[in-house]
Amino acid sequence: MHIDLRTVTITPLRHTFDHVARRLGADKPASRYQEGTYDMQATANFHYRPTWDPDHEIFDASRSAIRMADWYTFKDPRQFYYGAYTMARARQQDTAESNFDFVESRGLAEAMSPELVRTVLDQLMPLRHVAWGANMNNASVCAYGYGTAFTQPCIFQAMDNLGIAQYLTRMGLLLGDQEALDAGRKAWLEDDRWQGLRRYVEDTFVLKDPFELFVAQNVALDGLMYPLVFETIVDDVFASQGGTAVAMLTQFMTEWSAETRKWLDATMKTAAAESDENRALLEEWTRKWRDRAAAALTPVATIALGAKADEVVGEVTEQFNKRLAKAGLAL
Amino acid sequence: MDMKVAKKKLGLKERYSHMTRGLGWDTSYQSMDDVYPYAKYEGIKIHDWDKWEDPFRLTMDAYWKYQAEKEKKLYAIIDAYNQNNGHLSVTDARYLNTVKLFLTGVSPLEYMAHRGFAHAGRSFPGAGPRIACLMQSLDELRHAQTQVHAISNYNKHYNGFHEFRHMHDRVWYLSVPKSFFDDAVTAGPFEFMVAIGFSFEYVLTNLLFVPFVSGAAYNGDMGTMTFGFSAQSDEARHMTLGLEVIKFILEQDPDNLPIVQRWIDKWTWRGYRVLALVAMMQDYMLPKRTMSWKEAWEVYFEENGGALFKDLARYGIKMPECAKTIALEKDHLSHQTWGTFYNYGAAAAFHTWVPDEDEMNWLSAKYPSSFDKYYRPRLEYWREQAAQGNRFYNKTLPMLCTTCQIPMLFTEPGDPTKTCYRETTFKGEKYHFCSDHCKKIFDDEPEKYVQSWLPVHQIYQGNCFPEGTDPTAEGFDPLAAVLQYYHLEFGRDNLDFEGSEDQKNFDAWRGMATRNT
Amino acid sequence: MPNIMLVLQANEETRPIVEAVAEDNPHARVDHQPAMVKIDAEDRLAIRRESIEEKLGRPFDLQELHINLITLSGHIDETDDEFVLSWNN
Repeated sequence: MHIDLRTVTITPLRHTFDHVARRLGADKPASRYQEGTYDMQATANFHYRPTWDPDHEIFDASRSAIRMADWYTFKDPRQFYYGAYTMARARQQDTAESNFDFVESRGLAEAMSPELVRTVLDQLMPLRHVAWGANMNNASVCAYGYGTAFTQPCIFQAMDNLGIAQYLTRMGLLLGDQEALDAGRKAWLEDDRWQGLRRYVEDTFVLKDPFELFVAQNVALDGLMYPLVFETIVDDVFASQGGTAVAMLTQFMTEWSAETRKWLDATMKTAAAESDENRALLEEWTRKWRDRAAAALTPVATIALGAKADEVVGEVTEQFNKRLAKAGLAL
Repeated sequence: MDMKVAKKKLGLKERYSHMTRGLGWDTSYQSMDDVYPYAKYEGIKIHDWDKWEDPFRLTMDAYWKYQAEKEKKLYAIIDAYNQNNGHLSVTDARYLNTVKLFLTGVSPLEYMAHRGFAHAGRSFPGAGPRIACLMQSLDELRHAQTQVHAISNYNKHYNGFHEFRHMHDRVWYLSVPKSFFDDAVTAGPFEFMVAIGFSFEYVLTNLLFVPFVSGAAYNGDMGTMTFGFSAQSDEARHMTLGLEVIKFILEQDPDNLPIVQRWIDKWTWRGYRVLALVAMMQDYMLPKRTMSWKEAWEVYFEENGGALFKDLARYGIKMPECAKTIALEKDHLSHQTWGTFYNYGAAAAFHTWVPDEDEMNWLSAKYPSSFDKYYRPRLEYWREQAAQGNRFYNKTLPMLCTTCQIPMLFTEPGDPTKTCYRETTFKGEKYHFCSDHCKKIFDDEPEKYVQSWLPVHQIYQGNCFPEGTDPTAEGFDPLAAVLQYYHLEFGRDNLDFEGSEDQKNFDAWRGMATRNT
Repeated sequence: MPNIMLVLQANEETRPIVEAVAEDNPHARVDHQPAMVKIDAEDRLAIRRESIEEKLGRPFDLQELHINLITLSGHIDETDDEFVLSWNN
């Protein structure tokens, strides 16, 4: 027997889950972001303390010095839950794929001068390892942070960082083969110009406060590095020297960094608006890690910018300060 | 065309190697021990992380592409299913109680797995396993969210779903799955991988998903079937990671064998105890049955698990001892569990019932050696009592096993007429267990298990009443207060299916589709 | 002999895959169940890109298997051309 169920008009008993309704202030239809995010993390009656961190509960807000009355005040403006996230990235992946195909099929890499190719590889290949470090750090924030609204975007960020490391790898293989990767790795481990940055990354690996780590990695380091490397060096400097192909191969990074900044700024703004103590702490962390990041990035930027590195890093830092002023931080 | 020599095309394995392990390095500004502080304390010895074999070689771009495709399909089906009132096409509204059990008991574990794998992924010094773990962390978030999204529409129309998150952390029987995962996450990263990646994902997950999901298919629940199968496609990757972890650890150092064997023994049993809920779901809660718990155990554990342990024998790994006990229990597990829930139906967030005559005959056929002899008479007696208006709801609180936290309802291996009790004394306190295996798990790590948040103990200690409750007040009703603390709506979420709001609404709505009233 | 198992969703995309696998592995047993197809084989099961491409009439990346995979057992060895499940003993 076929029943046409569409013809039935039913008044639902409720419009969403009770914990979501409490957050919305009323029983009304909720978005998939809201139902997939609110209160997803356990908060009560944990059975055992972690053997790897007996001083804390499994999820424990006191791992951070940032205090929030409610960790679900954070909202990802992109409203990314898993489905929305992967679909957004799949679209970007599609573009990246076309870009790689285009560069490869038209032989655009071969059209670049050998000097430019060398500079591009010297400048970009060690960044594979920086992105890998970012992946580790965002995994940390996701694992040890508190509340799904804050931690969920960090697993997305971690996997994006890995994706970026892999796009850089593909680019290295396209422009220079495996030797390019090896040379980049050697520079990362030994070349003086990269050691400040490597020290920065390794120092963030041992940070225990997930929010400070969030600031050091996503706000300070990536906040300076992406505008400096991808928006300035790649999109302006390399492009003007006949390296437009490079900009095509790193289009993902440029777009990604613009997109994720919206979430980062919203997160900083929410945490700073919560209390003067939070704001003071965020300002202190941001200043400290910004200054270290700027100092570490300057010698790296000399690879493409030579003597102008100082000045450009200065400009990027100024933009950075303006950006965070909008989030309520006086730097 | 130009004469340039084409670049050597790298094979999948080589390419993937550059995309992953080539990214990591040994730190020198901070010591490796500080960067990876949780890598050594469990006593597992790893000499060469590069010996790790990547079973699936998904790079992020491929991951995004394929996963987005799965998500698009899944949400299209969920949307269509909801728009067409698909919930009215399930066999009968009793079926929904399996979904309630799933959302309150399992979906929160998927979320825990997400965070647990993020932790494991951060903890391992090797690039290969770290990436596999992080990808799994992301997948597990997917599972938690697709389940909530697929089941959201049921929540709009039926009871028992509305406080799944709140209940998971509080309700007595949900402390069984919750404590299972809390146990795994609080263990070290290697044990977590053996517990979840291997024992649960590889050995037991098919028992949870395949029968549950094909149960959904048999019972007309397209929404659940779709998220279930879609999630399983990730599980195949996860299972493979679980197996790889075991092989890798065992190949690294002979000293790892006894540790790994102890973990496999422990986690096979821990996982099996959680599956008691699945057993009763299969045998009692699906209106249209797929296969019995016993059959599922035989196919997915004895047959497939048997092949696995035979393969692992070359490392010295043995089939866990508990498999013998499980084989003895397989004729009894679901009947004893359902009997307990029927007793405590007033304190559960789903409905219970006595199987009808057809269903009892199915159970007789599937369990020829046990059902008619031990369980049918009991069910018939309950049915008779209920018909006479004497439906009995147990209001006393049961003794719980300290390890698995299930009420002491299981019988002695080989003697289904005698309840199994074990006990141990630690620092002058007595602890109780449902089995030798749960006792052994406690005895191996008493410091951990004395921490258990046992729902019955917590109720007696007064920790499970709404804030401001005065238990000394006249007419204080402890059960009512506990249910309020659970956010369980008396008369809507609990009690018999017969006469429930779910039953009435489902019948009325189905009636609207077939009649012109 | 130990059993190898591969379970796929039953749909239009997997029909040619199942056919190709069945032809390449004459020892395999194919069991059509509601919404899924269970393939059992002793010891070893090979899924070959070329055979699937012949059935499909288009290029096929073995990683596309992920979309419709439900479960499997055995050790995996994956290259660009072949996806092999086996037990080593």
